[in-house]
Amino acid sequence: MTADPAGRAGYLEHPPRMGFFTDTSICIGCKACEVACKEWNAVPEDGLSLSGMSYDNTVGLGASTWRHVAFIEQPVTAVADAAEGVRWLMASDVCKHCTESACLDVCPTGALFRTEFGTVVVQDDVCNGCGYCVGACPFGVIARREEDGQAHKCTLCYDRLGAGMEPACAKACPTESIQFGPVDELRERAALRVADLRAAGQDQAQLYLDDPDDGIGGGGAFFLLLDEPEVYGLPPDPVVTTRDLPSIWKHVGLAAAGLAATGIALGLGRRK
Amino acid sequence: MTQVENDHPDRVPGRGGRRRRRAEQLMVPDVEFTSYYGRPVIKEPAWGIPDVPGYLFLGGLAGASSVLAAGAELSGYGELARVAKVGALGAISLSAVALVHDLGRPERFLNMLRVFKPSSPMSVGSWLLAAYGPVAGAAAVSDVTGILRPAGTVATVGAGLLGPGIATYTAALICDTAVPGWHEGRREMPYVFAGSAASAAGGLGLLAVHPADAEPARNLAVLGAAVELIAKRQLLDRLGDLAEPYQTGTAGAILRLAEFLTVGALAGAVLGRRNRAVSALAGASLVAASAMTRFGIFEAGMASARDPKYTVVPQRRRRDRRRGMN
Repeated sequence: MTADPAGRAGYLEHPPRMGFFTDTSICIGCKACEVACKEWNAVPEDGLSLSGMSYDNTVGLGASTWRHVAFIEQPVTAVADAAEGVRWLMASDVCKHCTESACLDVCPTGALFRTEFGTVVVQDDVCNGCGYCVGACPFGVIARREEDGQAHKCTLCYDRLGAGMEPACAKACPTESIQFGPVDELRERAALRVADLRAAGQDQAQLYLDDPDDGIGGGGAFFLLLDEPEVYGLPPDPVVTTRDLPSIWKHVGLAAAGLAATGIALGLGRRK
Repeated sequence: MTQVENDHPDRVPGRGGRRRRRAEQLMVPDVEFTSYYGRPVIKEPAWGIPDVPGYLFLGGLAGASSVLAAGAELSGYGELARVAKVGALGAISLSAVALVHDLGRPERFLNMLRVFKPSSPMSVGSWLLAAYGPVAGAAAVSDVTGILRPAGTVATVGAGLLGPGIATYTAALICDTAVPGWHEGRREMPYVFAGSAASAAGGLGLLAVHPADAEPARNLAVLGAAVELIAKRQLLDRLGDLAEPYQTGTAGAILRLAEFLTVGALAGAVLGRRNRAVSALAGASLVAASAMTRFGIFEAGMASARDPKYTVVPQRRRRDRRRGMN
């Protein structure tokens, strides 16, 4: 079953849901995606210091880093095919364009919206920088930029998609670690790839956010990982916070009713 | 084939957790978990101090003061009602300033009323505020100036009905986030906030009015403080391991002091009911304790967002339990 976030958002006719499948097993850590994203989207510079975190100096996704390549140097016990006892994990992270998006749900201004491609985009001319989306995202993707006080994140190159082009990061990726296409097709491709890797002995190869029944209804961007999600800085079992909102409102309602009842009781009292 | 030892997080870069904590503060057995160079998984909310915790406190004080004002007016405590109305107007005005000030683009604050979204507690709260603010203002102005008394009474009752929403929706605001310390406390947080708001409003009444003329304030304060103390205890019980950020560091210190003040003030309000000075001191303590409770809860949530342990460990536990059952 395919989730149809664009249809649910009210688009009567719309193109297929588009997304990314990032196959980290063939990422070579070239950071072409980071550069292409910055160039195409005119994302400002956000620090040029060295982090000490292997080759990762962008450190994480943020208001001005919409593609982020993680570098993990893992010590290995058997060194049959690993240089100097180290296994390299590299992974290009990006906004997940969740089927159930917390950022979009909690945005009070409507600045965040669902596009016809099923992706999630911030409208710069509407966002008033309330920051609610920042704490709502289960992946720590969206952030507020100090320079303009507004929230920013990956748009899945909404402008390029509208012109029938693929996003800048996927276009620039030399190994096709970042694959762009209709989410349905990408999921089929990903299932084949992970089966191949497992057959070849990569026991920990796993798909992440490909399942429409997971806590975010599946990602429009999903991943093939070679280790547990938290190794890459990803949450192991993310759940969109607004799934619990009906129960939260219920208890807020009960608490408010209790306070109101107290007021009525006070009002019914008579001064002695 | 390459064998990787992932079960030993110390062999993986970015062991989180232990580095940051002192052993004597540990409330739970140390857990092994993996993170990416100890970096947080989620982002801390982009909410500033004192703006947002101050708003949580002031919104509660205003909303519950309007409840007190309506109750006091209807039961014949005119002076107390006036104090509560003026207090509500002052608190809600200050809180609106804090909210706008915290925006990244303050000049666009009116965009809050561009849409109405029940899925966003901030949208619901903005509309609530837009309705409540003018009504609470009219109630206070009419009482102080004496103009349009009947309309003032209607406004007093109206503000009293909207007030509980203002005082409690902020619990939904913070719990509807990915912040583990807040989200996992969603069941009790509304009651903590309602109790804290009531004790602050009652406290303000006790501070400003002679205890002989402030019985509704004392009743509200005592009930509110008791609800807050019980609900907070239940909140921590439910949080389990996630109670740690509420019990350690800055948040732990603030919340312990708040609880100490609340208990002391509770005793003072009840036992010192005939003494102006004791009553006033108890009232001031309740107001201060309510503010500290909000600042403490705010800081505990921020701390739970900063340390990847609080995001990773409960999620891994949940996922592994689910997979074990399948």
